[in-house]
Amino acid sequence: MDFGLSEDQHLLEQTVRSFLADQVPIERVRELRENEAPNDRATWSALAELGVAGVLVPEAQGGSELALLDAALVSQALGHAVTPTPFLASAVMAPIALASISGSKADGWLAGIASGELVCGVAVTELFSVREEAGVRVSDGKLHGKAMMAIDSYGADLLLVAIDADTLGVVKTDAAGLDITRLATVDVTRCTAEVLLDGVTPAALFEAAGPAVARMLDAGRIALAADALGACESMVEQAVAYAKQRKQFDRLIGSFQAVKHMCAEMIAEVEPARSLLWYAAHSFDAMPDEAPLMACHVLAHVSEIAREIASVSTQVHGGIGWTDEQNLHFWFKRIGNARHLLGGPELLRNRAAELQGFAPAA
Amino acid sequence: MDLEFDARYEEFRAQVRDFVAKHRPVQPMGLASAKKKERVAWLSLQIEHGYWARTIPKEYGGYGAAPDLLETVIMDEEFNKAGIARGMMAQGPSMLVPTLLSHGSDEQRERWIGSTMRGEVIWCQGYSEPGSGSDLASLQTRATEDGDDFVINGQKIWTSTADQADMCFILVRTEPDAKKHEGISYVLLPMDTPGIDVQPLRTMSGDIGENSFNQVFFSDVRVPKANVVGRRGEGWKIANTTLKHERNSLNANAEGTLIRLARLMNDETIRGAPAMASPVYRDRLMKLQARALSMKHHGMRMLTCSLRGDSPGIAGLVVKLQNCQLNYDMAALAIDVMGELGVLYDHAKYERERGFWQAHSMFSLGLIIGGGTAQIQKNIISERGLGLPREPKPAKA
Repeated sequence: MDFGLSEDQHLLEQTVRSFLADQVPIERVRELRENEAPNDRATWSALAELGVAGVLVPEAQGGSELALLDAALVSQALGHAVTPTPFLASAVMAPIALASISGSKADGWLAGIASGELVCGVAVTELFSVREEAGVRVSDGKLHGKAMMAIDSYGADLLLVAIDADTLGVVKTDAAGLDITRLATVDVTRCTAEVLLDGVTPAALFEAAGPAVARMLDAGRIALAADALGACESMVEQAVAYAKQRKQFDRLIGSFQAVKHMCAEMIAEVEPARSLLWYAAHSFDAMPDEAPLMACHVLAHVSEIAREIASVSTQVHGGIGWTDEQNLHFWFKRIGNARHLLGGPELLRNRAAELQGFAPAA
Repeated sequence: MDLEFDARYEEFRAQVRDFVAKHRPVQPMGLASAKKKERVAWLSLQIEHGYWARTIPKEYGGYGAAPDLLETVIMDEEFNKAGIARGMMAQGPSMLVPTLLSHGSDEQRERWIGSTMRGEVIWCQGYSEPGSGSDLASLQTRATEDGDDFVINGQKIWTSTADQADMCFILVRTEPDAKKHEGISYVLLPMDTPGIDVQPLRTMSGDIGENSFNQVFFSDVRVPKANVVGRRGEGWKIANTTLKHERNSLNANAEGTLIRLARLMNDETIRGAPAMASPVYRDRLMKLQARALSMKHHGMRMLTCSLRGDSPGIAGLVVKLQNCQLNYDMAALAIDVMGELGVLYDHAKYERERGFWQAHSMFSLGLIIGGGTAQIQKNIISERGLGLPREPKPAKA
């Protein structure tokens, strides 16, 4: 019985965190937000060399074929540093789907993903929420329609488009009839896009791909929870650091119980959520039957504590926390964006109830 | 990560399961108030098999096994599953015995450890006073030297089971001129000593549940100096080991309560439909389930830290705060699901589960306060865990 991180996992976490602290500090993130696509390829290539892009890719395709828990630790580090990367779509969701489909085409894309040369976005929103009459259909082997809020898709080379729960299309972003528009969100660190498909010939169309679609969604939810939890950790650290240096009424504000209790409440949420995240990520590989429920619960739960922490950490900073200059808003917005990217808490909890037979299946 | 138990442990689990299945029908209920003869026989049987007092040395009446956390986990799981008590949840075994093992004299250990574990001697804890709650070290109950004795005068409060107890482990001020933390001694006091007056203190949950609270008044109560545990004036340090045991023992089984809550929501109907069919209640249940799962796996993480010999650090400091609040919130949903019938109590017609959820709500609220209030917990988390500065002491008026 051992429920904790291994030495290799601690090392992986430390390696990625120190790389990010060194190479992509918040000053760099501030610069990147001016770019058309802030998740720049240079940073992604450097991370790929560390093994980040291929963390889940099978060894046969040049990846390191690690477990989802390892990927979650990387995701947490990226959230902690609010790094703009296509990690969620290209290094987690796409590899899980493509590896489960396999075949020569998928294998080729996996190799490109692992090296970082191929960036893959995913369009899955319509699996759980349809707005603005979005949706993609197949007609005569071609794709038509639109996909909203496609993850990490602006600036990507390849897109996985979930047509329905059983059908997965793969399209190249330079294919004829395809139009990608970046949708500006509050969070400048993620390149979300709208994808318009007007008779696009897919590079591949996988039918009966239900398990691949489901596993991709579970993995994405767990990794996204890790990202938001990493952002929470940083917001708590920043609040505590500020409370230890800011003086008012001739005292460090951290000596006021009103302030220290805010900090205690935040960390009291972060630590048990970390335990839930570890279990959810571990279940994905070791107890796959439990993973869909755990994925819903961990993302819903982290989304709830994250919204509160984003607010409380900012309040500990007072007025300065509300300024652009203090940078805290990068984390606030990263958390805000994560909340509905793969299903909001209400939707996820309803799914969790369905999975246990507590609610009628949709 | 490896959530499997070795074959050796699975074998041990099978043994425990056999024992539990065989003895489940004959175990006496409500151990603290059960007949002494039955209680002692049942606890002695458990000690003989090594399911209670397992790691206490044989010379002190225990089973004498080497400490093994996983064995403890397995025993707790199997007894819990069968719904019977492993040993006796009382302040003697959970708090006094560990303290004597660390600080007691040989004579004190020989006399009290075995008899306490067998349930021959029931203890109560004399710590809190009306004027000394969160600031326990300010306690004022005095013990004045008189020959070979101390003479105790003062008052204790929140004294669970004082009405049934044979003995009290009590904190008294023996060195009135020393600093507040250095003037306290830890004393073992027979409850039949003349001058002790026990007055029941009725709690908000009334008569439901096994807990009895009391106030205890001491007027010229004589106790031999030999009954001090450790050295005079070291009582605060010694009591802190005991308090740590108390906080560790407040690990509630949130998952079990959540399952019970889900069952209630399936059974309870509103306009003929189960409460579970209501998206509003269901959403609240799912929120609580995520928290219960967090705390369950957080417990596994804490266990792993102990097995590895690592300190859990700040992750360990948040357990009491979270578990107590979670239990209170689960009771709150249950009461809301029962709607206007949720307040029925005291064997009223239509009362559900004998008022369990109201009692659980009030009991959980007691736990939020007891053993270090939520606010004290937050001070500990932020000061010891996050390194935030202590609040400056006010200038003396």
